Amino acid sequence: MKKTVFLGALAIAGVAGVMASAQTLDDVKARGALNCGISTGLVGFASQDANGEWQGFDVAVCRAVAAAVLGDASAVDFTPTTNQVRFEVLNSGEIDMLARNTTWTFSRDVDLKLEFAGVNYYDGQGFMVPAALGVTSAKELDGATVCIQAGTTTELNLADFFRINNMSYQPVPISTASEAQQQYLAGSCDVYTTDASGLAATRAAFEDPSGHIILPEIISKEPLGPLVRHGDNEWGDVVRWTLNALIAAEELGVTSANIEELAAGTDNPEINRLLGSEGSLGEMLGVSADWAKNAIAANGNYGEIFERYIGQNTPIGLARGLNAQWTEGGLLYAPPFR
Amino acid sequence: MSGSAPKIQAFVRHDTLPSVAPPVSETGAVKWLRENLFSSVGNSIMTLLAAYCLYALISAIVPWVFNGVWRADSIRDCREVLDGAVGGCFAVIAERWPQLVFGNYPSEHYGRAVIAFLMLFVALAPILFIELPRKMLWFTGLFPFIAYWLIWGGTLWLPILALVGVVAGFAAFRALETKSFFGALIAGLVVTLAFWLFLAGPLSTGLSSVVPLTLERVESREIGGFMINFILGTSCIALSLPLGIALALGRQSNLPIIKMICVMFIEFIRGVPLITLLFVASVMLAYFLPPGTNFDLILRVIIMITLFASAYMAEAIRGGLAALPKGQYEAGDSLGLDYWQSMRLIILPQALKIAIPSIVNIAISLFKDTTLVSIISMFDMLGMIKGPILSSTDWFGVYWELYVFAALLFFVFTFGISKYSQYLERKLATDHR
Repeated sequence: MKKTVFLGALAIAGVAGVMASAQTLDDVKARGALNCGISTGLVGFASQDANGEWQGFDVAVCRAVAAAVLGDASAVDFTPTTNQVRFEVLNSGEIDMLARNTTWTFSRDVDLKLEFAGVNYYDGQGFMVPAALGVTSAKELDGATVCIQAGTTTELNLADFFRINNMSYQPVPISTASEAQQQYLAGSCDVYTTDASGLAATRAAFEDPSGHIILPEIISKEPLGPLVRHGDNEWGDVVRWTLNALIAAEELGVTSANIEELAAGTDNPEINRLLGSEGSLGEMLGVSADWAKNAIAANGNYGEIFERYIGQNTPIGLARGLNAQWTEGGLLYAPPFR
Repeated sequence: MSGSAPKIQAFVRHDTLPSVAPPVSETGAVKWLRENLFSSVGNSIMTLLAAYCLYALISAIVPWVFNGVWRADSIRDCREVLDGAVGGCFAVIAERWPQLVFGNYPSEHYGRAVIAFLMLFVALAPILFIELPRKMLWFTGLFPFIAYWLIWGGTLWLPILALVGVVAGFAAFRALETKSFFGALIAGLVVTLAFWLFLAGPLSTGLSSVVPLTLERVESREIGGFMINFILGTSCIALSLPLGIALALGRQSNLPIIKMICVMFIEFIRGVPLITLLFVASVMLAYFLPPGTNFDLILRVIIMITLFASAYMAEAIRGGLAALPKGQYEAGDSLGLDYWQSMRLIILPQALKIAIPSIVNIAISLFKDTTLVSIISMFDMLGMIKGPILSSTDWFGVYWELYVFAALLFFVFTFGISKYSQYLERKLATDHR
């Protein structure tokens, strides 16, 4: 019964979404502010400072899109959403886009009528164990007790991994990251498993981070990215290419420091097209010619954003890994701006 | 008299014995200890166990509190200052307390919220303490409108016109009251609602363009922290009590339709978890309302929590009604009072008095239930802690300090409510038990 109501509501949402949102770009311009859905709080990706300003890796995507469309990185109304309601909030039209560490999967893209605009962070599920345990590989975890968030894809991935490797484990279900930290430190489980970025953040908060190691195995693919509703391709293009502009800017060496200088015109035609001194990419997209320049100036290029919120110099200390440019062995590969 | 016989001299004490202190085991602390703590083997063991537990608790808590760090920029700073010693990292409360109390309410307007908070107590005083002059009730009536204006800002004309709507409804009620109390009540409600829906909007726009009288507007989503728990708690308790009375009376009614509606409402609402209702308010309503409708989230939540609490209130009050002897109802009838008069003058005052403990119980649990709104991503006190504060890189991992602070704040208010209800019960006790 509950499920039918839920599906029915989703179906209505799908129809209403298509009808209501074919002109999101115009709506945002008319409103003068972007409604962006974010997490209610995830270390490094979305959190508030003491002044109540939202900041973080996902938040930066919202700000970049607002800057691209409206020329003002602060013209964002943030709507914090929980895991359970994020897609409903997007489909009901309350927000224009969702930048909330959401994994791009087939069923979400196709069945839930969502449109992923790209990937801003390649994550994957990993394991953390106390160093005292003397384990160096996830393959040695036979018979371990594992702290795991119930009802998530990580739970299914874990079951698959142990089955493939013919090992057994004892799950300890927990509901939040903070509970996981408590349980793990109290020794109720030998292993804590979640996305690698989450493991790094959890470990960074320990009193003695060196007493715990993150095992090298990554057992799942978790491409996280911003998403919009199905059925409004123009708006989807704006979000997709804003993200691509941030990535391409890093590849082309455009930073928030040198952007003013480069925007005046350079010898590199791709930079000129990106920053709007040549060609008419902005016009095609339905925004101003300096859209990408504004987006990059808001927080810097992809690399700068990464370093500021989750990089090696932050307490979280994530390495670029898969999230390096394709020229440096990573997966970031922005299509050409032409 | 035989002289040979030894003379038996009776021993007679001439002076009184100096009073001696009672045996050690029968006096003072030792007696008290023996009687209360070590009266048997079992009790002795329990006492020792309890003493050990107390010692363990105190020796853990005292250094944690007194060794606490109040000045630091992050949890790492805290740990550096503590340098391995036990101690709380209270710096997080020192840095984030405005967020914990006000949420994202603009800091330059904190004064407005504080004034509204203080005025609440002035408004509540004449309701809570019957000794105070009855004239103060005028302020109580005005308070909701003033508080709305202070907290949300915008034009003063909107609350004024809302008040005018209430006054118009009341006038309609008074005009028809002599004919039929119930009919007058309905007429009053209809007039008020019609005024709000059709006249208040355009009139307030018109009037504010002539005389602005505006405070800077604060959006609902900026209101958070303990402030939102308090707004939800007070407004929902205040609204659910009259609604609960109406439902309880409706459930006892002889009119089948009214009775059926009330029973269905109460049973349905009581059968559904509050979280479900909150989800409906936050997510589902957006599907059913036309796109672009701006139906304030806090208002939606207030409506849902009020409905939920009123169903419980109704059952508590029904208990009070059922506890009254039938003679009381018959007394009302024999005096020639109509239904509403006998309810107002005879039945309800007694039934409500009986129901006080249950009503207070519901009020307290309602106040604590307001923290559930954190699940629908409103940043109430717990939402603020779970979300933005614990996810900031500076404070990730500071749990105890924040949750203890929240618990203390809630305890102060719920304990206050509980104490007041005990005072009220003593004061209203007219029987001779």
